[in-house]
Parts: sequence; C-alpha cells; structure tokens
Amino acid sequence: MSDIHAHPALAHHFDSLEEQKEAATLGMWVFLVTEVLFFGGIFATYAIYRSWYPEAFAAASHELDVTLGTINTAVLITSSLTMALAVHAAQLGRRTKVMVFLVLTMALGGVFLGIKGVEYYHKFTEHLIPGPGFQFEKEHLRHAQIFFSLYFMMTGLHALHMIIGFGIMLVMLWWAWRGTITKEYYSPIEISGLYWHFVDIVWIFLFPLLYLIGRHAH
Amino acid sequence: MTTALVPARHYLNDGYGIKSWLLTRDHKRIALLYLAGVTFFFFIGGAFAVLIRLELATPVGDLVSDETYNKLFTMHGVMMVFFFLIPAIPSVLGNFLVPIMIGAKDLAFPKLNLASWYIYMLGAAFTTYAIVTGGLDTGWTFYTPFSTVASTSAVIPAALGIFITGFSSILTGLNFIVTIHRMRAPGMTWFRLPLFIWSHYATSLIMVLGTPVLAITILLVAAERVFHFGFFDPAVGGDPVLFQHLFWFYSHPAVYIMILPAMGVISELIAAFCRKPVYGYPFVAFASLAIAVLGFLVWAHHMFVAGISVYAAMIFSILSFLVAIPSAVKVFNWTATMYKGSVSWQTPMLYAIGFIGLFTIGGLTGLFLAAVGLDIHVTDTYFIVAHFHYIMVGGTIMAYLGGLHYWWPKISGRLYNEWLAKVSALVIFVGFNLTFFPQFILGYLGMPRRYHAYPPEFQVLNVLSSAGASILGVGYLLPMMYLTWSLRYGRLASANPWGAVGLEWNTTSPPPTANFAEPPEVTWEAYDYGSPAVVEHV
Amino acid sequence: MAEHIVPTRVYYTIFAILMLCTYLTVRIAFFDLGPLNVVAALTIAVLKATLVVLFFMHVKYSTKLTWAVVLGSVFWLGILLALTMSDYLTRAWRTYG
Ligand SMILES: [Cu+2]
Repeated sequence: MSDIHAHPALAHHFDSLEEQKEAATLGMWVFLVTEVLFFGGIFATYAIYRSWYPEAFAAASHELDVTLGTINTAVLITSSLTMALAVHAAQLGRRTKVMVFLVLTMALGGVFLGIKGVEYYHKFTEHLIPGPGFQFEKEHLRHAQIFFSLYFMMTGLHALHMIIGFGIMLVMLWWAWRGTITKEYYSPIEISGLYWHFVDIVWIFLFPLLYLIGRHAH
Repeated sequence: MTTALVPARHYLNDGYGIKSWLLTRDHKRIALLYLAGVTFFFFIGGAFAVLIRLELATPVGDLVSDETYNKLFTMHGVMMVFFFLIPAIPSVLGNFLVPIMIGAKDLAFPKLNLASWYIYMLGAAFTTYAIVTGGLDTGWTFYTPFSTVASTSAVIPAALGIFITGFSSILTGLNFIVTIHRMRAPGMTWFRLPLFIWSHYATSLIMVLGTPVLAITILLVAAERVFHFGFFDPAVGGDPVLFQHLFWFYSHPAVYIMILPAMGVISELIAAFCRKPVYGYPFVAFASLAIAVLGFLVWAHHMFVAGISVYAAMIFSILSFLVAIPSAVKVFNWTATMYKGSVSWQTPMLYAIGFIGLFTIGGLTGLFLAAVGLDIHVTDTYFIVAHFHYIMVGGTIMAYLGGLHYWWPKISGRLYNEWLAKVSALVIFVGFNLTFFPQFILGYLGMPRRYHAYPPEFQVLNVLSSAGASILGVGYLLPMMYLTWSLRYGRLASANPWGAVGLEWNTTSPPPTANFAEPPEVTWEAYDYGSPAVVEHV
Repeated sequence: MAEHIVPTRVYYTIFAILMLCTYLTVRIAFFDLGPLNVVAALTIAVLKATLVVLFFMHVKYSTKLTWAVVLGSVFWLGILLALTMSDYLTRAWRTYG
C-alpha cells in the first residue's frame, strides 16, 4: 500500500501527510482540553477559598514578590512570541531560524524557572511552606496556609508543565537539526507550540490571581 | 461458505512470540492485551466480593475484623471500578472494533494506544502494591479528611495507581475522538456510523473531560496527606465537602463511561438478532451525546446529606431527573426494534435482554435516589448498593459479556459452545438477581452499607444474597472456561457467522492486520438489513 | 489549517498588546476599585488568553472543529465552576445539616 513516493514521516495507516497533520493537531487540541479541566479543578478550589477568606488571601498574597511575578509574566509572553516565530519559520522551511527561535524559547523558559526557583527559596526561608513549620500573622495563620498550599500547587504544576515543555523543545531542536522538520512536515513543531502557548495561558491567569490580590491596601 | 474459512494471514498469526505482542501497535492485539488485564483484575475484585459475601452470611462479624472488612469493600470497589468497569468495554471491545467499524486501518495514534495499556498496567501495579502492603480502607471514594489525615492504610500508592490509570483512560478517549473524526472510510458519514461508535464517541468525551478533574483531585489529596498542605482539612479552614464536589464531578460521569459503551453494544446486538435497523437511529445516537452532557450536571446527588446547600441540592435533583430522558429513549427504541422483529435467541441476545431488564430496574431506582427526600432515607444503605450494582453489574457486565460473545468469532476466529453459553447466561441472570434484589429490600428496611455485622432480622435476605453471589461466581467462571477452550477446539468461524451487517463482518475472521484486504467504501446505511446489496454480503 | 501563514507583524502586534495588558493589570491592582479589582484582573486575563488562542495558536484561521474543541473546553470549565459555586454561594442560606 505504501507507494515509493510516500513521505518518510507518513505513518502506514494514514493516506496523506495532510490527513496525518490534521489528526495530530486535533489530538493536541483534545489533550489541551484535558489540561483545561485539570487546572480547572484547582482553579475551582481557589475560587471557593478566596470567596471564603478574602482578607487572608490578600494578606498572604502580599508575601509574594510582584516585581519578580511581573518580570516572569513578561518573560513567558516573550517566549510565546519566539515560539510563534519558530512555527512561522518552520512553515517557511527556514531551518536555522527554527533552531534559533527554539533555543530562545527554551532560554526564556529557563529564565522563568530560575526566577521561580528564587521565589520558592525565599518562601522557604520565610517559613511560608504550609504544614507544621508555617509561620504567619496570628489572625490569618490557618487560612493563609490554604493560600500557600494553592500557590505551591498551582505554580508547581505550572512549572512541571514548563519542564515538560522544555523537554519537548529539546526534541524539536534535535529534529530540526537533523532535518526531520521540513516545509512539508512541520506539524510536530506546530503542536508543540500549541502546548507551549497553553502553558503560557495558565500563567496569564495565575499571575493576577496569586500576585495581585488587594495590592492597594498597603 | 464458499471461501476458505480461515484466511492464510491474519492479525493473530502475523508475528509470534512475546515481543510481537508486547511491542505491537495493532489495535486488535492491544485489545487482547487489555482483555487479559481486565479479566485478571475482574477476578481479583471478585475475590474480595466473595469474602464480603461470606462475612455477611451471618449477622455477627466473625470471619474478618471490622477493619479488615473496611479494606475488603474498598479494594473490591477500587479494583472493579477503576481496573475493570471503566476500561472493560472501551479498551477491549472498543479498541478492537472502533477502527474496523469505521473502515480504518488502525486508531489514529497506535503508539499512544499501546502506551495507554502500559500506563493501565503500571497504575494497576501501584494499586496492587497498595493491596499487598496492608490494603486501603477509605472506601473507593477516598473521602477527606479521613483519607488525608486519619487513615493509616496505603492511601498514597492506591491513589497514585488510580491517578496513573486515569491517563490510560484519557489517552484511549483522545485516540477514539480523533479516530472517529478523521479516519472514517469514504462514504462512512456520521449517520451511517454504527451506534456502537456513537456511544464510544460520547464515552470518549467523558473520559477526556472528566478524568483530568479526578487527576487533580488525587494530587490535592496526596499533597495534603504527604506535605500537610491544606485543601480539604478543616483544621486550616478547608472544606471536606469540596473534595466530594471534585471527586463526583468525575465519578458520576464515570458511571456513564461504564454504561454508554454498554448501550452501544446493546444497540448492535438488538439490530443483529432482530434483523432490523435500530428504531429511531438518530434519537439513539443523540441520546448518547445527551447522556454525556447531562451526566456532567448531576454530580451532587451523591452529596445530599453531606451538608451542601438545600438550593444546590434542588438544582442537582432536577438535573438528575433529566438524565432519565435520554436513557428512557434508548430503552424505548430497543424495545420498539424488537417489536415484530424476527428475534433469534442466541447467547448475545440473551445478554441483551438481560441488560435491558436489569438496566431498567437500575435506572428506575436511580430516580428514587435523585429525589432528595427519598435519597435521604436510603443514603448509605444497601438500597444504594443494589442500585449501582444493577447499573454496573447488571448493565455493564451483561453488555460486556454479550458483546464478547457476539464478536468472539471475529476476535478469535472460533465458535464457542452455544449450549454452554446459553446456560451460563441464564446462570448469571439468576445469580445476579438473587444476589442484588434482596439488597434493595435490605436497604429499604434500613440496613446500612459498609458494616461487617448486622442485626439478626436481616439474615434471611443476606443469606439469599450470598447464595446468589456463589451462583453468579459460577456463571462468570463458565464463559472464562469455554471461551478459552474454544480458542483451540472451537469450530472455525466464517467471516459473518451471525449474518449481521456492519463493516466488521465484511472482513475475515480473524481480520488481517490492516483490517481489510481492500480499503472499504461505504454505500449503505447503518443496519441496512433490508437492502439486497447488503444481504448479498451475508 | 491549510497552510495559513500569518505574517510576523501580526505576532509582534499581539505581543505588544499582551505586554501592555500585563502593565495595565499590575497598575490597576494598586488602585482600590473594591470588587471591581478582581473583575478587571480577570477581564484582562481573559482578553490576553483570547489573543494567545486566536493568533499564537492560530485558532482564528482554524477549522470549525477546532473552534468547537476550544469553546467546549471553556464550556465544561464553566460547568465545573458554576455548579460547584451554586453550592457555595447558597450554602449560607440553608443546609440539611
Ligand atoms: Cu451519580
């Protein structure tokens, strides 16, 4: 069935590269739906406790560093831009450009994770890790733990997704380098891009919800 | 009968040895890997059920301690729900049939399909580890704060196992959705699809939309238990009821992951053994989608006594009643299909009839539970236990066995012993009702679930139930034996032993690795039993 | 999906708007708008997410099926949030407990 002119990337059960690409893209979108609901569960948790304990959430949010949070938001948005440009270069078959933009995307992702690490370290030294060692002003001691539990869970899962994205980008870089990615077959880069942008979107919501509560108060 | 019965080359002899199975990407072989997996865990879960029914044969808690009993019903529930009922029909029959029924060579992502089996087995390994290292006593529902701050049993490995297995479910759903959208044969329009495909499409939607919420919920439980994070713990102001919301957001729709594919099987069986198209095809197709959507709007009917708002309870009660409509549409249409059909009473049809009866009882008693007032009366009694066993065992397992018998000649290329099969179907039906019908009465009389001892006045009904369970057990062992026997000694099956229509009967038994000798082109409607072009195939 | 190549100037424009929105959302957070603070923060976040989905993720140029998948995910997220909230927002009124 496989005729000799078939593209090397064409799997046996598809008739054409176009069909294969559409399946892959739809597959990634459906996967992102699962991601939306996955994060949705923790966003629902956040919504309930914030509506229950607004003062504790505001007080706890003040312990986060807005400057670092803002810088990280900018870094991540920029990485989304470089990702989009990498896909664009792939569509045009510009191999070097693809690799440059992928490296930039990974570098920016690395910066984000580095800053995140610094923030985590600060929280650790300030005894803001929930559990028996948690220290906070007496009034909000209990409820602030919920905030920080959410903070670590949400940003931790987001960071985990970044790390996975980093791994995907490494594979893409390798594929681009060895010439698997071509003008005809760039769908791996495109669907990796979808994933990367999704992780960016999660942060777009996490940033105001975690860092910007009741900032005017002090 | 004119062509050779067994094709020279088919998926079963296309490669031998353990590697050709464990590294296969053929959806048919992966289906058989799943068959081995779910059968194994079904009998593990069944072993726990045996111990439960043995304990309950007498009013005093004499066989096992109360704590051991907690572990028994928990591990029975976990094994049966997550490792048998949820994967059974989609991962075995669905995996085998979805590509063939739509005329594709394979699922859209064959490697992902194999990966999902390994993920399933890995999750099962974690949960089995939890069982052998002390067991789990939280109930299959993992309610907080017991699961996060109080239980001393192996919560983490068990929860992790379920978390991991969830991904196999997600990947299967994703694979089906993409396959059904993108890989249908030329001419296979949406309304020519077998209803089995519609119901698997609806099931896949639930798998993809619901399972991730279970995944995050398990992570929150794990973080609270291991790192002392605060999400549900009242000690830091958390709400244990929130866990129930998140858990049932998945676990109510999960019931439809179990029952929708079963409904798909029943539609196929009814059409094939009544030699008629399913009455009101589009209604049955859309009823599947309606169940998938409405199924997400009713979860808090599990929480009427958990301290939720009265007003929310009212909303969830009304929405729960709505699910009855598409379910009733299906039952009505199956019955209408049988009306004046030339029904042939072969084994799969016996299971189909059994399904319709038992599912109807399960569904109607579900309406009792959707009504807040009545639900409060029977919450946590054996009435609930009976109700969901009528749906899950009477519904899902009946359909699974019916489907397994119907497609067995296609899967294995062999025929089983029809007489033994009929007897087993009957044994299962009798055993099932004897086991679970008394439990409705017990529950209505007020016997609570999850206790290893009970007042003596409940003994007669409990002994009936335990007796029924032993009959049911025999009924489940029989097919296991004669189906295995048929693999070697059964008569060879023709391509279409039932004279049914559908693409799976247009290829050899067993099918070739690529499913069809020639890529099919569909020019006929679904269940086209009247048309000469189709009869010719038969 | 068919080979729609978006000119890079579109990407740069969207990037500029996203950065501007980030600046705005931080600035607004320091003014006391009462309950409007959270409304503003979420509105801007939704706007940013929409831009990323439409342009960076090419949904604007995609098939109806992709649109359906995207809207479906938002709809189901809405079910999860709204029906859970239906309990929490009315629980203070009355429970069976
Ligand atoms: Cu339910």
